[in-house]
Amino acid sequence: MVPLSYYVILSLIVFMIGVIGVLIRRNIIVILLSIELMLNAANINFVAFSHYLQNVTGQVFVFFVLTVAAAEVVVGLAIIIALYRGKSTIHVEDVNRMKW
Amino acid sequence: MNFSVTDIGAVLPEIIVAAYACAILLIEPFIPKDRRNILAFFGLAALGLAFYATVNLMWTDLSVMNGMFILDPFGNFFKLILYVAAAMTILLSIGYLKREGIDLGEYYAFILFAACGMMVMVSASDLITVFLGLELASIPFYILAGFKRFEAKSLEASAKYFILGSFSSGILLFGISLLYGLSGTTNLEALAQHLRGEEIGNPAWILAMILLIVGFGFKVAVVPFHMWAPDVYEGAPTPVTAFLSVGSKAASFAVFLRVFVEALGGIQSDWRLLLILLAVVTIVLGNVVALVQTNIKRMLAYSSIAHAGYAVIGLIVGDRLGIVSLMVYMGVYAFMTLGAFGVVMLLRRGGVEGDEIADFAGLARKNRLAAFAMLIFMFSLTGIPPTAGFIAKFYIFMAAVNAGLTWLVVLAVIFTAVSAYFYLKVVMVMYMKEPDENVQMVAPSAAVMVLAVAAAAVLLIGIYPGPFLDLAQNAVLQFR
Repeated sequence: MVPLSYYVILSLIVFMIGVIGVLIRRNIIVILLSIELMLNAANINFVAFSHYLQNVTGQVFVFFVLTVAAAEVVVGLAIIIALYRGKSTIHVEDVNRMKW
Repeated sequence: MNFSVTDIGAVLPEIIVAAYACAILLIEPFIPKDRRNILAFFGLAALGLAFYATVNLMWTDLSVMNGMFILDPFGNFFKLILYVAAAMTILLSIGYLKREGIDLGEYYAFILFAACGMMVMVSASDLITVFLGLELASIPFYILAGFKRFEAKSLEASAKYFILGSFSSGILLFGISLLYGLSGTTNLEALAQHLRGEEIGNPAWILAMILLIVGFGFKVAVVPFHMWAPDVYEGAPTPVTAFLSVGSKAASFAVFLRVFVEALGGIQSDWRLLLILLAVVTIVLGNVVALVQTNIKRMLAYSSIAHAGYAVIGLIVGDRLGIVSLMVYMGVYAFMTLGAFGVVMLLRRGGVEGDEIADFAGLARKNRLAAFAMLIFMFSLTGIPPTAGFIAKFYIFMAAVNAGLTWLVVLAVIFTAVSAYFYLKVVMVMYMKEPDENVQMVAPSAAVMVLAVAAAAVLLIGIYPGPFLDLAQNAVLQFR
C-alpha cells in the first residue's frame, strides 16, 4: 500500500505548481488551468485522507468541489470570452485600465 | 444519514430565496423588455418572505442536516442584515440599470443567488457548507461585476475578481483539506472538541490555519489580500459594488468568526498574533492610500478595507463583547456604506456615471437633501457622534481595551483621525465648491426612499442605540 505521506507530498507539489502558475503566467486561460490544479490538489488530499481515516466525508466533499469547479470554469470562460470581445486580448498585462 | 421534515423548515428562508431566483430566470423571457421592473418587485417579495420566515425563526437554536447547517440567532442576525442590504440594492438598481442600458432580468436573479449563498455562509456549521456558501455567493458576483459588458472597466473588474476570487477559494479549500486530514472531521463543532482535548504538536495545523486566514482575508479584503477590492469596486456597476462591499463583507466576517473563534478557538494563541498584524497593516494602509484617491468608488473601496481592519479587532478579541461589537459594526456599516454608494449612483456626467470626487462639487446647492444625506454617511464612516458609525467604533474599541489591547486602540484612533481628511473632503467639496454644470442629478423615487431609510437608520442607531445593541447582544454566538 502506498503510504499517506506520498499522497500529501503529491498534493503539495500540485498545489504549489498551481499557485506559481497563477502568479507568474500571463495568459488568463493558463491561470484558469492553474486554479483548477489548486482545487484538484485539495481533492487528492480529501480522497487520500478519506481512505486513510476510513471516513466518507472527504469523498463527499470531492463531489461538491468538482461541481463547484465546473460552475466556476463555465463562468470564467464566459468572462474570458467577453473580455476578448472587448479588448482582443487575454493577457493580464493588457488588462490594466485601473491602477492605484 | 437521516433526514426529517423539520430540516426543511429550518432552511426555509434559503429555499424561498433560491426558488424565487430560479423563477425569475424562468419567467424573464415572457416579460416585455420595457417592463423588467416587475422582476425587481419579484425579488423584493422573495426577500420580504424570507425576512418574515427568519423573524419567526429568530430565536430557535437548531442544528439540522446532520450538523451541516445551523439555525441560530447569530446567523439570523446576519441574515436580517443581508435581507436589508439586498432589498436596498434592488431598489437602487431599478433606475440605475435603465440609465446604464443593462436592465436584464438575470440581474435580479443573480442578486438573489448571491444573497442565498451568503445566507448559507452565515448558517454554515460544517466546512462543506462554508465552502459551498462561499462559492454560491462569489460566482454570481463574478458575473454581476461584469454586467456592463460593453464597458472595458466593468469587464476588467469581472476578470480580476474572478481570478483572485477563485485563487483565494483554492487556497481556502486546500486549508480545509488539511484540517480534514488532521482532525478527521469537517464539522465545526467536532473540530472545536478535537482541539479542546489535545496538545497541538503538528505544524500542519499552523499551515492549515494560515491558508484559511489567507482565504478569508481575500474575501473580507484585509491587507495584504486586498488588491482586488479597489479595481472591482471601481469597475463594477455601482449597486453591485454596494452589495459586494456590504453583504459579502458581513457574511464573510460571520463565517470567519464561526470558523476561527468557534472551531479553531483552541489554537487562538497561534492565530491571534497573525490577525493583530493583519489588523494593524490594514488600518494603516487602508486609511493612508484612501487619502490620495480621486475616484469616489475607489476611495470608498479603501475605506471599506480600513473598516475591515477595525472589524478584525472584534474578531481578535473573540469574547462575548468582541463578537457583539463585530455584529454591531457590520450592521451599522451596511447602512452607511449602502447610503454612500446610493448617493454616488445619482450623479451623472454627460451620460455616464459621475464617480469622481470632483463631480460632487456644489451638490449642496443643486440638491440639498442628497448632500445632507451624504454628509450624514461621511460623518458616520468617520465615526463622528451622533451617527451610528461612532457607536460601532466605540464598541469595537471598548472590547479591545477590555481585552488589554490598548495600544491597538490608540493606533486605530489615530488612523480614524487620518480618515477624517478624506471623508470630510467630500463634504467640503459638496458644500464649498461652485457647482459644475456638466453634472446632473437624477432622483428616482425608489433611490430616494433607500437614501432616506439609510440616513434615518444611521441617525437613529447613533442617537438611540439601545434596541439595536440589545438585538445583537441577545443574538450573540453561543459556544457549545
